[in-house]
Amino acid sequence: MVEAVKLSRHNLFNTHIIPVNFKYFAPKTLNEALELLDKYGKEAKILAGGTDLLVKMKMRLVEPKYIINIKGIRELNFIKDEGNQVRIGALTRWRQLEKSELIKNFFPSLYDAVKVMGGTQIRNMATVGGNLCNASPAADSAPPLMVLNAKLVLASKKGEREIPITQFFKGPGKTVMEPDELLKEITIPKPEEGSGSAFIKVARTSMDLAKISAATALKVEDRKIVMVRIAIGSAAPTPVRTPKTEEALIGQPFRPSIIREKVKLVVNEISPIDDVRSTAFYRKEVSKIIVEDALLISYERASRR
Amino acid sequence: MKIPIHFILNGEEVSVEVEPNELLLNLLREKLGLTGPKYVCGIGECGACTVLLDGEPVLSCLTLAVDVDGHEVTTIEGLAKDNELTAVQKAFIEEAAVQCGYCTPGFIIMIDKLLKENPNPTEEEIREYIRGNLCRCTGYVNIVKAALKAAEELRKNTSLIKIKK
Repeated sequence: MVEAVKLSRHNLFNTHIIPVNFKYFAPKTLNEALELLDKYGKEAKILAGGTDLLVKMKMRLVEPKYIINIKGIRELNFIKDEGNQVRIGALTRWRQLEKSELIKNFFPSLYDAVKVMGGTQIRNMATVGGNLCNASPAADSAPPLMVLNAKLVLASKKGEREIPITQFFKGPGKTVMEPDELLKEITIPKPEEGSGSAFIKVARTSMDLAKISAATALKVEDRKIVMVRIAIGSAAPTPVRTPKTEEALIGQPFRPSIIREKVKLVVNEISPIDDVRSTAFYRKEVSKIIVEDALLISYERASRR
Repeated sequence: MKIPIHFILNGEEVSVEVEPNELLLNLLREKLGLTGPKYVCGIGECGACTVLLDGEPVLSCLTLAVDVDGHEVTTIEGLAKDNELTAVQKAFIEEAAVQCGYCTPGFIIMIDKLLKENPNPTEEEIREYIRGNLCRCTGYVNIVKAALKAAEELRKNTSLIKIKK
């Protein structure tokens, strides 16, 4: 046994680095968690990987009365291949996504995002559900999941509902989730034959949050674009799809000159701001370029499959 | 509200009581006297507090102490066995990969783990694996050299064991 060392006066002051007192629950099953959320939801925060929530608590940006630590709920940690779709449990760690052949093979845009999210330790801790529920406009998983047509399953004591990820975000830090709801899983349909996807993040270092990011999914048939989806991160209050640009691209021949011309439209579909990481001007300029690049990579990947 | 927890720390059983808002790093440093893991940024940017939780590197400054109940924690103090430094530790000394030393425990934990997963990493793979660890003295050059040297040492040793068998 390791013996506890005697506490000095200094140690006593420095023991509780989180300057918030809260009541702590660690449910082991989904049902237990939903019961707790039903009871305390409005004043509770859900703790998963902790890499966002605990930082915010240390900085006193949030001071929840109750913490519901869901890390121990094994049934929410899985990656399952179900033929035409893949289901990912909300508690799946980023490192598990990184090591999954399924993700690498079918969802290259999501895999791109995994490779540029945080360092090894953060990926070991952070969950894919946490990345979404924090609802940062810069969430690395959001743009790829948006172009992959992912759906989110939200559970509460009353039951479950499934919504497209494009309807999930409401603003910085805000989602459509009710206080008694929990993100249970993400379902991603396998991409159609002959399509490809990609994600590009612009940041100081990949440990950093994105200045701007973009994901695309593309299918070209007889040299014409028959399917295209574009999503941009860190350029609006939420990650956004750019439907007008997509519309303008559909039916066009897949030629670099045409792509370069049409992607200029994305600028009208985003509303970036000046902040510590970048400026609105820069973000607008770069959005066109990374969307163009992501489309070219998507095309290359589609033809390789 | 104190919560009793039990876990394995560097191979030994530990039973302590912790507050819910206590962090693993504070428990290790303040109550259990293990000052290897360092408190630096406290917000998951620097990697100096890295420990192994069930064998996987995590940040102890962003892990609640209650969360390690029933799990296994390894700190830098638990790497060397029988008074013999590990290959990574020796390589750090030989390559002068330590200057002020504050980030060193985090780097050694990471490189030790990397070499277990990938005994023959490229320089790029090493840099990618340790990108969550910051060092403001060395410029990383000697740290990467030490990792490559340790990898070579370890490969020599394992091939010797194979030959003996």
